[in-house]
Formats: sequence, structure tokens, C-alpha cells
Amino acid sequence: MSSTAATFDSAAPPKTGPRAFIRRLRHGDEVAHTITLVFAASILLVTSMIVYELWINSHLSRTQFGWSFFWTRVWDPIFDKYGALPYIYGTLVTSAVALVIAVPLGLSAATFLAELAPRRISDSVAFLIDLLAAVPSVIYGLLGIFVVVPMMRTVIGPALKGSLGFLPFFQGPNYGVGFLTAGIVLAIMVVPFIISVSREVLLTVPRDQREAALALGATRWEATWKVVVPWARTGIMGSVFLALARALGETMAVTMVIGNATVISASLFSPGDTIASTIANQFTEAAGNLYQSALIELGLVLFLITFILNGLARLLIVATERGGQRA
Amino acid sequence: MSGVRLMWRKSLNVLMLTLTGVAALVVVSVLFMILGYLLWNGGKSLNLGFFTQLPKPVGETGGGMANAIVGSLKLLALAALLGLPIGLMAGVYLAEFGGKTFSFVTRYTTDLLNGVPSIVIGIFAYTLAVLPVKHFSAFAGGFALGIMVIPITVRSTEEFLRAVPGNLREGAMALGASKWRTIATVVLPAAKGGIITGMLLALARVAGETAPLLFTAFNNRYWSPGWGQPTASLPVMIYTYAVAPYDDWHRQAWAAGLVLLALVLVANVGTRLALSRGGAARGV
Repeated sequence: MSSTAATFDSAAPPKTGPRAFIRRLRHGDEVAHTITLVFAASILLVTSMIVYELWINSHLSRTQFGWSFFWTRVWDPIFDKYGALPYIYGTLVTSAVALVIAVPLGLSAATFLAELAPRRISDSVAFLIDLLAAVPSVIYGLLGIFVVVPMMRTVIGPALKGSLGFLPFFQGPNYGVGFLTAGIVLAIMVVPFIISVSREVLLTVPRDQREAALALGATRWEATWKVVVPWARTGIMGSVFLALARALGETMAVTMVIGNATVISASLFSPGDTIASTIANQFTEAAGNLYQSALIELGLVLFLITFILNGLARLLIVATERGGQRA
Repeated sequence: MSGVRLMWRKSLNVLMLTLTGVAALVVVSVLFMILGYLLWNGGKSLNLGFFTQLPKPVGETGGGMANAIVGSLKLLALAALLGLPIGLMAGVYLAEFGGKTFSFVTRYTTDLLNGVPSIVIGIFAYTLAVLPVKHFSAFAGGFALGIMVIPITVRSTEEFLRAVPGNLREGAMALGASKWRTIATVVLPAAKGGIITGMLLALARVAGETAPLLFTAFNNRYWSPGWGQPTASLPVMIYTYAVAPYDDWHRQAWAAGLVLLALVLVANVGTRLALSRGGAARGV
């Protein structure tokens, strides 16, 4: 029967010649292949269209300001002068605060789940943590406004001023909203990502690595800290990059608690704005082509940063997991 | 001397291990705090009117978000219509047909698309679906959400198709089925449960997205008939009401937050439970 031949065709290297092609076409394999290929290619198309649209629609702002867009401190819709520096600063500061809190917390929790907790407990806690990652960001914003901001004003802020007030980061008036508040909310949001990725990376570390360390007389902590963690180092870096990319691009929760002000200040209590929160806040009000174009250029900057970070993170995670499998 | 060192190492061991446990405990308790706080505040403000009435003007108490609930469903329907077929087909390509290089590039791009900040997707949808027609619409919002659905669906579809045992495929082919028939009548049905679960999770994720809707679907205080008008949605309503200075609006925001979170968490827990049960049954 000819259908048997067709089946072998699709498995074997494709035969050339129009007759073979037509025969396979009749059986639909080529058609199905082509149709699904078109859909897969549409993903590449969408992604490149995002870049294209951002590039084209920021044309006005790019030609007007050039590279100075990145180091101008003025953002003035009335005189049509736009510089992104305060927002780039705000984005970096809030993400840095988020990582300072989230990385130690997340890595400790991941270590506990991967190395110490019994598998059952580890799995169910990981399930809960995945749920935490599924909570919409606007909900984090809601809790940020009504829980973290008041706490910042009455408890955290005064405590930091009392103990670390000599540092420039913790001086100046404390309104409750600002860089630090946004950073704290971001930290809560990215911790689940750090935990779930790091845990999986840690679980791929071969068992004999641990056993060898323990057999040499290491304590459990030493085996974890000096053997398992270094082994998984690249993957853990990947999880941190992933979290960083999320923190940089996070919009709603930050917009709701950062205070929305175009400010560069060393004080973490100061209200500010990030790239994403500026777009969210001003885009619908952006009258005038240059204004909108400048906001779209902010979007382009954000896109490129997160694109590069995500790309790096994926490579690191894949590299570690392959390393674990090879051993 | 060495006794002191051993003591030190052992106490460091206990200390650090305890700290890691505390960290895990802290993170998990955050989840329960979020749940508890929302239940407490949202439960106080939630009533039947929330589901059946339109928002009231400022100053009048009461009212609900019926239009936003319907709006969210409309946006999700559009997102499903656009994102699920593309995600499914691309997933089938990656799992069943894909060559080496092109598959790698597609997979990588899919992951990157998944990581694009949602606000940027919003700008993209704005330039394509709002700018040309000069008004906000449900259509534009659904488009933005649909794009976000694609990468999640692709990866889960591919994963579940790969989990289908190879001997099912070989069996079908040995009976003379062509490759596409094998996929359509044997492989896809075998992976059906997982694929649908992945789709539901993708929709649950975009159901809570706010940023891409701000300047695509925008917002609306009234019903929006059809698909071509500004449309209210639960996440955007929560945002608008939470940042407004009125106490009554804050109460409504809590109620909407509870409804949205319940929706998202039920979808997540439900599908994951179904999945693990299916996995147990399948894991022969």
C-alpha cells in the first residue's frame, strides 16, 4: 500500500523530486507541516513587529533628542522637552532595592526547599509559591497602597531613619510612597520567581556531589554552601536575571506606590517614577506627537533592556541544567 | 582548638539551616497574608449589587461593577480567539514537526516574547489597533491580551505533546496512518487534558493584566455594546478605584480585587489539581 511508503517518507530524510512531494502532499503531511510552520513563524513575526512598531513610532523623539534622551533630566510636556534620566534612575533604584531584599530571601527559601525539606513538603510549598506568582500585579498594587504605604509611614520609615538615618538613602521627608516602597512591593512580587527557578536548578545538582561532601565530613550547611550552590551558580544567576527583568518591566504595582514624580534623589523615601510607571501614567494624556513619541521611546528602551536580560537568563539556566544532566 | 572549631561549624550549620527555613516560612506566610487581607476587606464590601449594578457616580454609595465583569469576559474571549489557535498550532509544530535550528529560534523567541513587559505589549497594540482608528476599543484590548496568551500556550502545548509516549505514535503509524492523522487522532487527544489546562492557565494569567489595557480597552463607566468601544475591565477598575481618593471607591476596589483573585486562584488550583491527578493516572 502506498500509505506505508508515505509514512516512511515522513520519517526518513525527505526524498526530492516533484512526484515524491506530490505523493506526500496527498497524505497531508506537508500541508500540516506548512500550516503549523506558518503559525510558529507568526511568533517571530509578532516579536519583530513589536520592535518595528516601537522603532517607527518613536521616530520623532529619536530624531529630536538623539542620545541625549538618555542623560537629560528634564521631562516637560509643556515645553516639549523630554529626557529619560529620572525614569531610568527610578527603574534601576527600585529594581536594586527589590533584588537586595528578594535575592537573599528567595535563595534561602529555595535552598531550604531543595536541600532540607522532605520532597512532599517541598513540592506543596513550591505549589503555594507558584500561586503567589499567579497573583495579578494590580492586586499587589492594591495591597501596596493600603498596607505597605501606611506601614512605611508609621513603622518601617521611622525605624530606618532611627537606625540608619546617617546614610543619604534614609534622609529627607517620608511620605509613605516612593522608591523604597516600590522596591519592597517589587521584592514581594519577584521572590516567587527566584524561588521556583532556583529550586529547580538546585534539584538538578547530582546527588553524588552532596554525598561526596558529606562523606568528607562537611556539615549539611557546608555541603550546601560550598558544593551544591557553586555547582548551580550559573542557573541561580539566571533566576536572578529573570527576576530583575520582571522587576524592571513591572508596571501596575509600582505605578500605584511610587508617588509619580520626576525626581532624581539619593533618598529612598523620595517619590519618583520608573520607565513603566511613566508610560502607564502619562500615555493616555499624551497630547502632541512628540510627547507620545517620547513615551514610546521609553517603551523601546524598556523592551530592549528586558529582552537582553531575559535572553541572558535563559542561556544561563539552560547551561546549568545541561551541565547537571551531563554529569 | 579543633573542638572549638567543630562547635562553631555545627552551630553555623544549625543557624544557617534555620534561617533558610525561616525564609521559606516568611514567603509562604506572605501568600496567606494576601489571601486573608483580601478576604477580610473584600468580603466586607462584596454584595449582590457588585455583580449586577453599574458603577455609581462619585458621592453616591453602592453600585457595582457588572459592566467590568462582562467587559473582562469579552476581552478574554477575544484573547482566546486570537492567542489559543496560534499557540496550539505553534506548539504542535515545535513538538511534532520542528527542525533543529528553526525550532530553537522559535522556542527562544517565545520565551523572550513571554518576558516582554506587559506595558510594552500595550503600546504595541495601541500603535496597531488604536492609532489607525483613533479610538479605544475592546478589540484593541483583546488583541493585546491575545498576544500575551500566545507564548504561554505554545510552551505548555509543546510540553504536553512531548509527554505523550512515543509508542502511541509508532502504533498509529504502523497501522498506516500518515503523520498528520497520527497527530490529529492519536497524539492530540492523548494530550488533550494537559493542553486545555495550559490554555486555561494562560487565560487566567492575562485575566489579571492591567497595563496592556490602560490605553487599548481603556475604561468605561457604562455598558459598552459591541466590540468597538472603550470597555471596562476588572483589573483597570481596581487600579482606577484604588488610586482615587474616595473611601467608597476603595471598598469597591477591595471587592473587585477579591473577585479577580478568586477567579485567578481557582483557575490555577483547579487546573493544577486536575493536572496532577491526570499525571498520576498517566504516569505508568
